Amino acid sequence: MEVLMAFVIGFLFMAAVYLILSKSILRIIIGTGLLSHGAHLLILTMGGLTNDAPPVLAEGAKNMADPLPQALILTAIVISFGVTAFFLVLAYRAYQELGTDNIDELRGKLKDD
Amino acid sequence: MTNFLLLPIILPFLTAILLMFAPKNIIYQRTLTMIGLIITTGCSLALIQIVHTSGIQVVTFGNWPAPFGISMVADMVAVLLITTSVIITLFTVVYSFKSIGIAREKFFYYPGVLLMLTGVNGAFMTGDIFNLFVFFEVLLMASYLLSVIGGEKKQLRESMKYILVNVVSSALFVITVALLYSVVGTLNMADISVKIAEINQPGIITTIGILFLVVFGLKAAIFPLFFWLPSSYAAPPVPVLALFGALLTKVGVYAIMRTYTLFFVHDIGYTHMILLVLSVLTILAGCIGALSTFNVKNIIIYNIVIAVGVILFGVAQMNDTSMIGAMYYLVHDMLIKAALFFLVGIMIFLTGTENLRKMGGMMRSYPSLAWTYLIAAFGLAGIPPLSGFIGKMLIVKGGFEADHIWSSIWILLSSLVVLLSVIRIFIYGFWGEEKRLVAVEKRQGYWRLYIPATILVAITVFYGVGAEWIMPYMRDAADVLLNPSVYTDAVLKE
Repeated sequence: MEVLMAFVIGFLFMAAVYLILSKSILRIIIGTGLLSHGAHLLILTMGGLTNDAPPVLAEGAKNMADPLPQALILTAIVISFGVTAFFLVLAYRAYQELGTDNIDELRGKLKDD
Repeated sequence: MTNFLLLPIILPFLTAILLMFAPKNIIYQRTLTMIGLIITTGCSLALIQIVHTSGIQVVTFGNWPAPFGISMVADMVAVLLITTSVIITLFTVVYSFKSIGIAREKFFYYPGVLLMLTGVNGAFMTGDIFNLFVFFEVLLMASYLLSVIGGEKKQLRESMKYILVNVVSSALFVITVALLYSVVGTLNMADISVKIAEINQPGIITTIGILFLVVFGLKAAIFPLFFWLPSSYAAPPVPVLALFGALLTKVGVYAIMRTYTLFFVHDIGYTHMILLVLSVLTILAGCIGALSTFNVKNIIIYNIVIAVGVILFGVAQMNDTSMIGAMYYLVHDMLIKAALFFLVGIMIFLTGTENLRKMGGMMRSYPSLAWTYLIAAFGLAGIPPLSGFIGKMLIVKGGFEADHIWSSIWILLSSLVVLLSVIRIFIYGFWGEEKRLVAVEKRQGYWRLYIPATILVAITVFYGVGAEWIMPYMRDAADVLLNPSVYTDAVLKE
């Protein structure tokens, strides 16, 4: 199971790297989204994938899944959510002000430099 | 009173929350920020004394036993860096009163500064690797706000790149923590150190060590990963630039220092040799950059890169002398970089240009500014009575002790390039014929920028002259760094 997940996560990273290296800013942001998905799945996988019960005490099960990676992922998800929201608004503002979404055209010097 | 060590984190955070209730009232913003920062300075100075007299202070949240809860560890390394950060933030805020502009002040500038300080202090003090990630995000999120606040075209463009680089490096940080967790099964830094010592650092841990170097190297701007720094630091206004230059990269340097002295100490021949080579290349890259430009901001920005290289060179030696030197130089560099950015900001304020070729002859109108700048420049280069000397001397001495002769000589040579790059600002800006200055009414209130800058320069002079008095604290810090057992025993004492 872990091997399968490793391949899936590797594919996500590959797609993310490809998108981040492209020219359009929206593709880059989609790439960062895929990158954080890959990272979160990696935490889950690295914590160990077992057939145990969900980590809730009330069920009375003997073996439970590792609760720590789930807490880490929850934290990482909200953080990347906040950063992505900020990044999207920034991309919108930059599009309004600079009139382009092409990273290549953001090189060099601006007129007001 | 066991929670006293949390005050440098909690006080800026609380002040930031209180500031958000009246964003348009500038007097409220300014006074409350000053009150909060002065109290924080007092607390962190007291904390240095407490740690010096009664050893490492530890609090584990919620009374959980040590590896299970989140520990906050105030050792000498952390409290020295926290105190320096708070002092720099205090002066930056005073400097901002005149220079940042009313519009920005009304738009959550001070809460941004204080939240960044919260993140920086938290990152210095935390004893949990995932909590370190969270504090990194706190300070990065605030730094995104500060780099884009005002919304000039240049800022929008550069902060997009800055955010992208940091999003990628944060994802890498999460990945690395996940890999480390799968190997050692714990997140507490002291516990990780013990577990790695038990399994005697197999290859996978060394791999994770290099991944950590990549992650923190992206934050700290070491050689192949510094490309984002010059343009994104040049975009925001000067006080923000001073904060970034003094604090942000140093958090990355601190994280490398911490992980490379606490976790990855069993295969030094490989990991620390890579660190050594990269730090030498970092210095080379910074030197080339500092000589390549006539933009006053960029000259000092490339000097950040050089200093990061020098500090990490000290860390890579792993002996007593150079570790004391690295700690001494780290604190010195934070102070002097903030002071230099302030002074360069005053030059930009007076002339209205960042281009060194358009400045000239300011010695006639502003002699005190010129001499203050000269002292700061000598301090940066490491002229003996001033603050840069002892740190660099110990680092080079440690390099010779570890038989790294050529790279140590390279450090000495880089000092010459540093001196050349900053003295060029002095020669072009202050000597020669008087060129342009902005209109007189626009120059009003110049002393309000000059006073905080001068006091900060005076502090660096004192830091250099009073080395004998400061050295015991640095020795404590180096002791913690070189003996992981001191740290782990303090955290896992139960």
